[in-house]
Amino acid sequence: MIQSKKLCDHERRIVGIKFIEEYRDSGLAGSLVKRIASITKRSVRIMEVCGTHTVSIFRNGLRSVLPQEISLVSGPGCPVCVTDQSEIDAFVAISGLEKIIVATFGDLLRVPGTNSSLQNERANGCDIRIVYSPMDALGIAAQNPAKKIVFLGVGFETTAPAIAASIIAAREMGLKNFMVYSAHKTLPPALEALVSAPDVLIDGFILPGHVSVIIGSNAYGFLETRYKMPSVISGFEPADILHAIFLLISQIESGIPKLENAYLRAVTQEGNPRARQIMNTVFETVDAHWRGIGSIPGSGLKIRENYDWADARLRLDFKIRESLPQKGCACGEILKGMKTPIECLLYKKPCTPVNPVGPCMVSSEGTCAAYYRYNQDVIER
Amino acid sequence: MKTGKILLDHGSGGKVSHSMIREMMLPVFYNSILAELNDGAVINIGNQRLAFSTDSYVVDPVFFPGGNIGALAINGTVNDLAMSGAVPLFLSAGLIIEEGFLISDLNVIVCQMGLSAKNAGVKIVTGDTKVVPRNAADKIFINTSGIGRIPEGIEISGNRAKPGDSIILSGTIADHGIAILASRAEMKFNSSVTSDTAALNFMVQRMLEVERDIHVLRDPTRGGLGTTLNEIAGQSGVGIRIHEDRIPVNPQVASLCELLGLDPIYVANEGKLIAVVPGDSADSLLSVIRKDELGKNASIIGEVIDGPPGRVIMQTRIGGVRIVDMLTGGQLPRIC
Repeated sequence: MIQSKKLCDHERRIVGIKFIEEYRDSGLAGSLVKRIASITKRSVRIMEVCGTHTVSIFRNGLRSVLPQEISLVSGPGCPVCVTDQSEIDAFVAISGLEKIIVATFGDLLRVPGTNSSLQNERANGCDIRIVYSPMDALGIAAQNPAKKIVFLGVGFETTAPAIAASIIAAREMGLKNFMVYSAHKTLPPALEALVSAPDVLIDGFILPGHVSVIIGSNAYGFLETRYKMPSVISGFEPADILHAIFLLISQIESGIPKLENAYLRAVTQEGNPRARQIMNTVFETVDAHWRGIGSIPGSGLKIRENYDWADARLRLDFKIRESLPQKGCACGEILKGMKTPIECLLYKKPCTPVNPVGPCMVSSEGTCAAYYRYNQDVIER
Repeated sequence: MKTGKILLDHGSGGKVSHSMIREMMLPVFYNSILAELNDGAVINIGNQRLAFSTDSYVVDPVFFPGGNIGALAINGTVNDLAMSGAVPLFLSAGLIIEEGFLISDLNVIVCQMGLSAKNAGVKIVTGDTKVVPRNAADKIFINTSGIGRIPEGIEISGNRAKPGDSIILSGTIADHGIAILASRAEMKFNSSVTSDTAALNFMVQRMLEVERDIHVLRDPTRGGLGTTLNEIAGQSGVGIRIHEDRIPVNPQVASLCELLGLDPIYVANEGKLIAVVPGDSADSLLSVIRKDELGKNASIIGEVIDGPPGRVIMQTRIGGVRIVDMLTGGQLPRIC
C-alpha cells in the first residue's frame, strides 16, 4: 500500500487544498490532461467502479479530453443497477401488502421489476415514500403506529452503516413497526470476482471514494498482492479523477502495479471503524446475487438473528415468481466492463430513461443512463 | 413498462410531459396558435396583438422561504406573458381550497397575491373559489390566467433562435427548486436559500427599449435551464452551446445540489429569464439586465450554433464537452 508519498506538483496542490472549486479548476485539470497524454503509450481499459465516478466523468466531459488510447469502462458500483430483479419484484410485492408504507431512496422508484415498478405501484395507490435518510423512515414509523414501515435497504458500505443505525435506533425507541428489507452488497468481493473472471479485461481500477471512507484502503490489499492489479482510490471531482488516471497510467507504463490512495483528504487506511462496527452489529455477510453478474460469495449483508424482528424478509408474507432477465439486455456485460451501452441491442430502442429495460438505464448513476444523458454517442472526440 | 396511469413524471416538465402534450393534447386541440407551444399564446383581435397564458400552482409547502403560493401564482403568469414581449394587464384567479385550510393562511396568500399584482402592474379582474372535501386537494391550488398587450414590431418566439445569437441568463439558477426542497418537512436541515420568485415584466420592457429584435425569451421554471434550452433548440432547429463556467449558481444552492445528487441545470427557477438575442446587442442588453436588482448576476452563458439541430452542448469547466439533454421525468435523489 502506497499513500502517494512521492508527490508530484499537481498532487501536492491537490493534497493541500480542501474545497471543491479548486478540484474543478480548468488550469489544474488542463495540466493533468497534458501529463496524462505525455505518458500514455498504449491502449488501456480503466474501470471506474463507482457510479458517482461514472456520472462525474460524463458531467465534466472527461472522455472528450483524454487521449484516445484510454477507454473508461463503468463497473458494478451503482447500487440500484446491481440489485437483482427478484429483489425489485419483492419490493413491488411488499408495497402491495395491507397496511404497509414503503420508504425508499429515490433511485429505486423507476427500476423495472418483472411486471411493475415502485413508481407504477405508487400510481396504483400503494403508499411509497421517498426518504433521504433511513432516520426519516423512523419518523414515519413513529407517526403511523398502525402501519408497518419497510425501508428498502439498497446500497454498499456507504449506506449500510446508517441503515444499521436506524435499526438500532428503532429498538431503542421501541418502534416495532419499523423493518428493513436488506439487499445490501459489499464491494471488495465483487471486485475480486471481476479480477478473477477470465472474460473481464481491465488494466486498472479507479476505486470508489465513498465506500473507501468506510472500509479504508487496506480493504483492497488483495488487488495488489494477489492480482497485481493497478488500483487507485479516487475522489469525485474532475481533478481527482484525472489525478487517479494519471497514477494508473504511470503504474501501467512502468509495469509496477500497486494500490494507491489519491483521496487522502477523505480516505484513511483503516476507514471508519465505528461505522463498520455498527454495520457488523446488525448485519452479517451472505452470498448475494448481483444483477447481470450472478452470485458472488460473501458479497451481501443479511440482518443478524439478534435483530430479526426488523427483518422484512422474515416478518412479511409475500410471494414472488421466479423471474427471467430481460432478453437482449446487456446490463450484465456492461457491469463487467465487457460491453459499452452503445453495443447493447436495446440501447435507446426501446431502452430509454423513460422506459428503462435494464437497471443501468434507471439510476442517474447507471452507465446506460449516463451515456444517454450526457454522451448520447453524438459527441465526437 | 406502461401502467395506463398518470405518474408524477407526467407533470415534471421533462420528456414525459412533452410527449403527453404532443401526442394526446395537441392533436385534439390543434390550431396554429397552440402549435407554437410558447409559454403564452399570441392572438390577434382586430389590430391588437394580445398575449394570453394560463398556469396552475400546486406548490408544497404553500409557504416557503422567499414567498408563498400567492406570489408564485401572480409572478408565474405575469412572466409567461412577459416572455412574449407583452405588457401584462389583466389576470384571473381560480382558487381550489381544501376543507380545513386555515382562513388566516388564506388571508396571507390573498394579500400576497394583491401585493404581487400591484408590484407587477396588473389587475386581477375576475376569479373563482371552490372548496373541496378534505384530501380531495392538498391545502390550496391556484390557477391564474393573464392577458397582455404586445407592442407593435415585437416578434418574440421560441422558433426564432439563429446561429450567431447570444444567450443571456438573468441570474443564478436553481434557487426556487432548492428553497422548496429544503423547506419540506422531511428535510432536516436549515438553509438560507430563498426562492427567486419575482415578476420580470419591467426588466423585459427595459430590454425591449434597447433592442426591439429580441428573438426568444423564456423563463426556465419547471425542468430548469437544461430543459428550456432544449425546447428552444428544438423549436428553432438550431444547436446551442453553453459554457459551464459562465452559469451563475449561488454557492449554497450548489452545495445542496451536490448533497442531494441533483443537477442545478434541471432545477426550477421562478424569477429568471433566458434571452436569445442578436450577437451584436448582447453586451448592451446584458448591462440593462444587470442594472435591474433582479438581474444583477446576469451572464452571457452561450451562443446559438448551426448544429447539431435540437442539441444543447456544454463546454465544461475543465474544457471537456457534454450534451445537456432534456430531463426525462422528475430528478430522483441518489442513493449515495
